[in-house]
Amino acid sequence: MDISPLIISLEASLIATVIVFVSGVFTAWAVTIDKKSKVFFDTVFSLPMVLPPTVIGFLLLILFGKNSFVGEFLSRFGINMVFSLNGAVAAAFTVSFPIMYTTARGAFEQVDSIYIDAAKTIGMSRLSIFTRIRLPIAWPGMIAGIVLTFARAMGEFGATIMIAGNLPGRTQTMSVAVYTAMQSGNRELASRWVAVILCISFLSIISVRLWNEYLGRKKK
Amino acid sequence: MKLTVDIRKKFKDFELCVDFEAGNGVFGLLGPSGCGKSLTLRCIAGIERPDSGIIRLDDKVLFDSSAGIDLSPQKRRVGYLFQSYALFPNMTLEQNISASPCGKKNCSEYISLFYLNGLEKHYPHELSGGQKQRAALARMLAAEPEMVMLDEPFSSLDRDLRLRLEGKIAEISRDFGGTVLFVSHDMDEVFRLSDKVAVIENGRIVDTAPKRELFEKPNTVASARLTGCMNISSLVCDEQGVFASDWGITLPCGHKAGYGYVGCRAQNFEICSEKNGADVFECEIVRITENMFSYTVFFRNKGYISAGEGHTLVFETDKDTWHKLDKEKLFLRPVHEKLFYMVK
Repeated sequence: MDISPLIISLEASLIATVIVFVSGVFTAWAVTIDKKSKVFFDTVFSLPMVLPPTVIGFLLLILFGKNSFVGEFLSRFGINMVFSLNGAVAAAFTVSFPIMYTTARGAFEQVDSIYIDAAKTIGMSRLSIFTRIRLPIAWPGMIAGIVLTFARAMGEFGATIMIAGNLPGRTQTMSVAVYTAMQSGNRELASRWVAVILCISFLSIISVRLWNEYLGRKKK
Repeated sequence: MKLTVDIRKKFKDFELCVDFEAGNGVFGLLGPSGCGKSLTLRCIAGIERPDSGIIRLDDKVLFDSSAGIDLSPQKRRVGYLFQSYALFPNMTLEQNISASPCGKKNCSEYISLFYLNGLEKHYPHELSGGQKQRAALARMLAAEPEMVMLDEPFSSLDRDLRLRLEGKIAEISRDFGGTVLFVSHDMDEVFRLSDKVAVIENGRIVDTAPKRELFEKPNTVASARLTGCMNISSLVCDEQGVFASDWGITLPCGHKAGYGYVGCRAQNFEICSEKNGADVFECEIVRITENMFSYTVFFRNKGYISAGEGHTLVFETDKDTWHKLDKEKLFLRPVHEKLFYMVK
């Protein structure tokens, strides 16, 4: 069995998870500080959660296509988004970003504002309040978000197939492999990939459950 | 050093409107919970923004709504000791104290100053109540504040520990030298620690005075009540003298035109053998409460009922004196020099 879909899935999801984590936490921080913009940004950043993946794929194609400004700009640096692993990362990023953003914002909101007030009165800067107080206190609540982000990125299909395509060995992820195998009548191959995906998803969810359980016990 | 505060902030069903000046030494803010004491401190610290007004520390303007000045809390350099201490739970004691920009160089000095040696690597949840308070004080002072504010610093401590730490706070306030704002709802605490006191009720300052003056002769009914005086009566002035209409006695004092109320603390009664004057109560005892070292006696002037609640008075006496008294024939006279008169 060619295991390249597993490798491609892992690669795309891991890269996407790292980018989602950094940008999601940063965005959540900015929205936590500036409460006025909260409703607007919450709406915008949660939108990918409800949009059909085909719509996301379509929008990504418009954004990164050869004729777009962004696409042209990136291609000057030799970065090609369409029909490449980059595209798969972009698709995974877009669909999993809301998960990280929502979890991180929830975790930041859980941080008792009295610590932030105390930090301000002793003269700590915004940045050091973020790195030394907000993030360390909110951190345990974000672990679950990271795992779920990874799992969601791994499961992405619709947007991926639209922007990254279905090139075996290059952009074919596991979820796309299941689809392709079924299309070509290879039930056995499809069921193998289904088993792999089930295992990874199951492990992700159970680790989140166990972690939350552990946090709950620790609080008591 | 002088702190000038004159701010207003409106909420849906509460309005803060305070105005005071505090010099060097401890300035106490006394008031019931929810009266706006902590909110005032939060406005001074810059955590909360008043709707309008001015906050100045000497020549440094911290807030001025008309000039559009609103310094960040970081730039105000106002130390704030929170009621719950707010030690960062993810940091050790040492990290807490050195968290501020100035804290790094001051850390070891303040650890020994507050007898925290040996606890450097402990996390806040591993410290006792008293240790937490000392750690929070150390963290606040290590940041080199220009003034200091203490928000109910003893409310989460046991009584025993409370009295011991009061001494420490008094010492720190003296050594600090600048302005110390101290907020509490406990009048005994405020009396022990403060030099000057402002009484707050419902978002407004009802009285400001040096503490002795305030506790001995409050200027308003609200401050009399909040400093623990339970005997207050309206006054009616006529040719015969001054009639305390809630108590039913006439006070043989000079003309008191303009004053509407009189007050007498529960400790300030003298015991008489008979009703030898118009200012003597013939007591009808309503209820007696036994305290550890004294009795609190609720009484009425016999046969006198007035419209308000004020006709039941409170008298406090030590146990020996009380045991020797004839409870059937008890006559009490308010000590005239200790009575105080209030306009409103």
